[in-house]
Amino acid sequence: MIKNISNLGDAALYCDFGTEVNKEINRNVINYFNNLRDSNFLGITNITPSYNKLVISFDLKLTSFAKLKKQVENLELKKNNNSKNNLIKIPVCCAEEFALDIKRLQKLLKINESKIYETFFSKNYYCYMTGFIAGMPFLGDMDKSLFAKRLETPRVKVPKNSIGITEQFCNIYTFESPGGWNIIGKTPVDIFDNKKNTEPNLINPGDTISFYPISKLEYEKKYE
Amino acid sequence: MKKNMNKNYFEVLRPGINSTFQDNGRNNFYHIGIPFSGAMDNRNFLLANTISNNEINNPVVEFAYQGPKLKYIGENISINVTGDVNFKIIRKNKNLEFSCYENIILENNDCLDILSTNRSVYGYLSIGGTFEVDYYLNSCSTNTKAKIGANSGEKLKKGQIIHLKNIKKILPKNKIEYLNSKIENIRIIKGPHFDYFSKDAIDSFFSDEFNVTKLSDRMGIRLKGPKISNIKNTNIKSEGLVKGVIQITADGDPIIMLSDHGTIGGYPKIGVVISADYDKLVQIPPGSKIKFKEINLKDAETIFKLYEMETQNLISNIK
Repeated sequence: MIKNISNLGDAALYCDFGTEVNKEINRNVINYFNNLRDSNFLGITNITPSYNKLVISFDLKLTSFAKLKKQVENLELKKNNNSKNNLIKIPVCCAEEFALDIKRLQKLLKINESKIYETFFSKNYYCYMTGFIAGMPFLGDMDKSLFAKRLETPRVKVPKNSIGITEQFCNIYTFESPGGWNIIGKTPVDIFDNKKNTEPNLINPGDTISFYPISKLEYEKKYE
Repeated sequence: MKKNMNKNYFEVLRPGINSTFQDNGRNNFYHIGIPFSGAMDNRNFLLANTISNNEINNPVVEFAYQGPKLKYIGENISINVTGDVNFKIIRKNKNLEFSCYENIILENNDCLDILSTNRSVYGYLSIGGTFEVDYYLNSCSTNTKAKIGANSGEKLKKGQIIHLKNIKKILPKNKIEYLNSKIENIRIIKGPHFDYFSKDAIDSFFSDEFNVTKLSDRMGIRLKGPKISNIKNTNIKSEGLVKGVIQITADGDPIIMLSDHGTIGGYPKIGVVISADYDKLVQIPPGSKIKFKEINLKDAETIFKLYEMETQNLISNIK
């Protein structure tokens, strides 16, 4: 299932699962990720799953590329190791002040606001990976009618908890951050809770997300 | 836990430019977007704690360029500074000069003024004892982006009090002679997207000089030099990064990812800095010029072994 393992520098393995972005390939990546987390191979310091790659970094004092590559190649995969994956419901408020790019999207996609939201809320989304900034989930796939380019000039500051869409993906800005995705709303739920010392992130790779709309009043209540 | 009856603390009179608590870093959270962090220059971090007779992973204060000015209140305590650093102690209106890599005794009401790092970036302050700091996910390393770790994920602030505990009663007199050597040639291993760049671009990547710009911090070093032109695609599907990865942006400029880097990225990776050169790489200040040199994995592994032996040798020479 791994097409090729090469070295990323002298202290990481770069596992290539293909070039396409789809759930099937990503499930393979995440299956390897879950199995490796349980494997306790000596020296692994981090494992980063993404759409179709898995990067395994290690402590060069404890192991080496050749040793760890052999271990990964010989890893016996437990099937259906996706029991850790959950369905998570995320409320979204689409009030004008939060939906920063809805007007732009109406023009760009040539569909009206209510149709955009109807389409967006009608689907479940799959979490391909989390990262870039702490806890940020990369979700897909969007309905084709909502495929939109990034902003030409990225925002210097996207407000924390904004929901953004671009091409086949959507995400949630877990911290205020620069970013170029089209913002369509905001959730009152903290996706990354830096007060929690275990599992600070609500959404993990492999999880399924369903968004549902809430009013401004409900949004404010949830924030209290 | 037994409460320390003695009140020993530092008051921050001046925080410095980028002063944070750091330790060995945070493992196993890349997959949720939390980078490794930890002391940028691992060798100088290890030396600081070893000179203090501390556990190897004890928290230190890392500072960049200009360090903090700290007033000390409490019983006598040993401290040491590592790196290439100018600092002084103000005791009863007298300026006392000391060297890096040796334990110094701080007395009540002394003021430690860490003035600057010399043609380098990072320095470390360690104490014969422990800074009382918060831990998050098994590390105290401060990550100011995710606001986690010691000091609520913030840099040191003016006026804040840093409490100390476990102060060593027997004050060690350890020291070593050590000179931080500087490098201009950074050794790298080819990255997975080497073939995204034209032959001319690759040639100039390895033969021309790059300037380290001011847009460099704990997250990364931004370089300016010849544009590295892309013949395939200036973006890739986002994937995992590690420290030392050199990405080429859509503008054709290299960025080297450092300890607080974003965990995934969407620019092609032309190469990765070898582990043995990392401590020296992070110490190259803005305004300097660097060059890249390609080596293979085998050589990189051998060079790392030698670097490790050298570090262990330094540690065993501390007396």
